[in-house]
Amino acid sequence: MKKYLKSFKSYTFLLSELVKRGIRLKYRRSYLGILWSLAEPLMTTIVLVIVFGTLFGRSREFPLYVMSGKLLYGFFSAATKSGCKSVRRNASMIKKVYVAKYLYPLSSVLFNFIIFAISLLVIIPVCIYCGIFPQLQYVWQLIPGLLNLLILTLGVSVVLATLNVFFRDIEYLWNVLLMIIMYLCAIFYPVERLMDSGWAWLLNLNPLYGCIDMFRGALIGYQVEFYYFAYSFIFGVVTLIIGLVFFKAKQDEFILHL
Amino acid sequence: MAKNKTSIRVENVSMKFNLNAEKLDSVKEFMIKFITGKLHYNEFWALTDVSFELEKGDRLGILGLNGAGKSTLLKAIAGVYKPTTGHIYKGGKIAPLLELGAGFEMQYTARENVYLYGAILGYTKEFIDSKFDEIIEFAELEKFVDVPIKNFSSGMRSRLGFAICTSVCPDILILDEVLSVGDSKFKMKSEARVREMMANDATVLFVSHSIEQVKRICNKAIILDHGKVIEMGEVNEVAAHYMEMNGIVEEPEDAGNK
Repeated sequence: MKKYLKSFKSYTFLLSELVKRGIRLKYRRSYLGILWSLAEPLMTTIVLVIVFGTLFGRSREFPLYVMSGKLLYGFFSAATKSGCKSVRRNASMIKKVYVAKYLYPLSSVLFNFIIFAISLLVIIPVCIYCGIFPQLQYVWQLIPGLLNLLILTLGVSVVLATLNVFFRDIEYLWNVLLMIIMYLCAIFYPVERLMDSGWAWLLNLNPLYGCIDMFRGALIGYQVEFYYFAYSFIFGVVTLIIGLVFFKAKQDEFILHL
Repeated sequence: MAKNKTSIRVENVSMKFNLNAEKLDSVKEFMIKFITGKLHYNEFWALTDVSFELEKGDRLGILGLNGAGKSTLLKAIAGVYKPTTGHIYKGGKIAPLLELGAGFEMQYTARENVYLYGAILGYTKEFIDSKFDEIIEFAELEKFVDVPIKNFSSGMRSRLGFAICTSVCPDILILDEVLSVGDSKFKMKSEARVREMMANDATVLFVSHSIEQVKRICNKAIILDHGKVIEMGEVNEVAAHYMEMNGIVEEPEDAGNK
């Protein structure tokens, strides 16, 4: 364990360079640059609120509800997609110099997380617009919500990155799965609609929904059931452990398939 | 520094590749082959039982025809490939000059690439800061520091790669056909730099198809044939034997480089 920590420490500069690369290249040659990470979720939220608010009837917190789901799902989707490609994308480096390969999925999740953290700023104008302000007794739920989200995303990315080295289909398959996950996140429909039907278990099995629920609970002001904390945490940690073991077992073979 | 200190020890290294009859990189094909039991690989031993030992300051030329396993051996020593069996001991910092010009981030400028590439090679930020001007000057890219690499010619990229890799004083230098980079002026400059490192007692592993160059730089040589070391010894003897074996007539200095 000590050995791993020491080697990780020697890679901090490389990790920061890789994270920087992700952030820089994402918005390179665009006029608004990093502002897009604010403008993009804002614009999609407006569209979603108009369409689905009209369909389902709009409550006071609906814009905030849609936006928080959209932001968290957006991070999960962007980070796992880039994590999935991370090892392949860096093939030319892997073929030349030995560095610990876990840095590639790790850095792609981290740079997406930083962009996501910046994009969270758009929550403020939406809160003001809805006239809803986070209350102290609920807002702490942000921390376990975001932490579980990060662990889960890392775990899924490491698994995908490993698989994608051996089978390129994973990239395309994951796009389809992401769409299914999106519908199971209750982003733009009121969650009660699904909870009252016979399909509630589907939502409860989605660890991402737990994270979104905690985030919403923190902002809109309600206490999330303990089940969601526990389930999304355990799911995330188990995925991460499986992913790391799998990655470690297979990483020496990567080079033969790139 | 004291001579006769072991710098590299290669012990019974073998390297196996699985060559698929057809390329298998989709899940569907894999499943079909797996279920029908048609999943078999053609084994290919790129290196078999290679052993040698180099002392600090030795310069080893590796001779062999295309496909003899020269680059595989260098990559195994660089740590990119993990040997299937056997062990490689390395004493000191390695500068791998393999496939120069590959491994850059195409959308990045020369400046950004120096930092990213340096980080991959394990340099610290302070070190790169201090060497930055020297690297750009050596690569003769002063006018193009902030131009994206994708607009560079392949010669410019190789020059930059060479300059970054050789900005350290390594204990072990791995050269794979790299002294034929760039125009003849740069060739002379790069050979001078390699000689400078040799004067600092660096151990050199050198692959080149120009036997003259090998004789000029190395003091020892091995011949690889189909992954096996068939001869090892003093460079002139081995080179003479190699030419005889392959029916090469002694060539004048520049004929091979043209």
